[in-house]
Amino acid sequence: MARLREVSRHVRSKQAGPFWVTMDIWFDGPGSFERYKASPALSPDVFGQLFGTDPALVKHIPVPELNLVKISYPRATPQGGILERDMHSGQQYVRLLDIELD
Amino acid sequence: MSEQLTLPIKVLVPCGSLGAGVREEEVEYGLSRGAHAIATDAGSTDSGAAYLATGKSKNSRGAVKRDLMILMKAHARTGIPVIIGTSGQAGGDMNVDWTRDILLEIVAELGISPRIALLYSEQTRESIKTFNTAGRIRPLPPLGPLEDTTVDECDHIVALMGVEPYIDALEQGADVILGGRSTDPAVLASFPIWKGAGWGASWHAGKVGECGAQCTEKRDSAGVLLSIGKDGFDVEPLARDNYCAREGVSAHMLYENTDPYILTEPGGQLDVTQVTYEALEDNRSVRVTGAVWKPRPYTMKLEGAGGGRFQTIMLVGIQDPDVLRDVSGFHDRFLEALYMRARQTLPPEEQDDFHISIRMYGWNAVDGRPVAEGTPPPREIGVVFIATARTQELANAITHACNPYFFHYPAVMDKELPSYGFAFSPADVPRGQVYEFKLNHVVEVGDPLELVRTRWVDL
Repeated sequence: MARLREVSRHVRSKQAGPFWVTMDIWFDGPGSFERYKASPALSPDVFGQLFGTDPALVKHIPVPELNLVKISYPRATPQGGILERDMHSGQQYVRLLDIELD
Repeated sequence: MSEQLTLPIKVLVPCGSLGAGVREEEVEYGLSRGAHAIATDAGSTDSGAAYLATGKSKNSRGAVKRDLMILMKAHARTGIPVIIGTSGQAGGDMNVDWTRDILLEIVAELGISPRIALLYSEQTRESIKTFNTAGRIRPLPPLGPLEDTTVDECDHIVALMGVEPYIDALEQGADVILGGRSTDPAVLASFPIWKGAGWGASWHAGKVGECGAQCTEKRDSAGVLLSIGKDGFDVEPLARDNYCAREGVSAHMLYENTDPYILTEPGGQLDVTQVTYEALEDNRSVRVTGAVWKPRPYTMKLEGAGGGRFQTIMLVGIQDPDVLRDVSGFHDRFLEALYMRARQTLPPEEQDDFHISIRMYGWNAVDGRPVAEGTPPPREIGVVFIATARTQELANAITHACNPYFFHYPAVMDKELPSYGFAFSPADVPRGQVYEFKLNHVVEVGDPLELVRTRWVDL
């Protein structure tokens, strides 16, 4: 059992324009990257559940040269709307940290 | 040094955003390295829609004047152009004019008469509707086709400029360009493209340098120098004690971008799939080669922002052990009581058109999700009350009605009433309208200058 926080060296989230959020997951080396880059625990369906987004629109892009997986998804609520809690989406990665990858 | 960079075009990027703190010694260093132009953006959408909707700047007038003064002094001494994009945070016409007035003050103080171009890319609601009717506007996910009612909700709409309006102004002899809303890389890429550097190299350099020193290793510095050739570019920090590393430079392609390899820009796509990053012998610079620019039919992205309902907020601090014993349960009962109190006081026609939330800072305010069973309580908690209503008066009225409950609502009903910790008097803070971006669409244009108005300042 490996939780994301145990096999990554850095995870961050940030808005990518007003309608999208993007996550960068730096794995702690090529081994973890290869092993978890296609983990079902990071699938579009999981993102759909975690962030209330449409799985069909989730982009999942491995970046081997950085041992990194980039995942981008549309915001569930408008940036700055009345339900806003994280204007820049900078804290959204935190809910990934305890995901179990295998 | 490889052949492609023997005669590079050098762009001094003094900061990530005008007003964020340009450093005089960094600008000096960039000039001493032979910079041919100074370029930076002055805003973005990051901080929300308010700045476009209201035409106000996020950075203070004083901070912008300070930074621009340093750049204009550099221009006065060397004659190299100063290129500013997304003026005044949002790049709407009001934001550009605000920046123009600061610039005019500076040139008067310095006693100089540069040729100043202003690039406006704000669009009227009517023209957007006309483009829409003509089938020239396409949605980007997650939004669907554009409705006229959405256009009407926008206070201001801008089209994001590419390099062409800047190149056109440079061609006409501009010494200073204050651009309206533009893509960040375009502002930096325009000068080298005008001077004949490679399109792929220039756009990629523009992306890497868009946030100034953010692509460098020591973040406590402001700017970078981009040296751009035919097939690649070098990036070097402007601060002597700072340095660039391969990974930090390549990772900047990830920043605020949904795709790490492809960047869609006005008139084309930047493809960095085949790019290589190489640390140079000076131990400060990274050489980047191999980016490809793929021309596409010319489109400009639209941004539209408008104000909706109004909010009033209050804040209390709570250390009461009865509350901290069951924060989530307290939150739910508290919210229900506040809603009930608000309904008792509002006129019947407003009953269904307001919203209250309370955010438990220190507990789950940031994500709003249920807290895991067994989570220990914090030592204290900050509770923010937010009322949202059709007018500021109504939002204020709800807040005033709720104030005694927010102050005294008990965790245990049969105990004496508690008094929570207000930090301010008056306790309520009317915070104005809630602003949202309304558009995520592109407009097809026949000519990159079609939606841009260039004006020259007559000094």
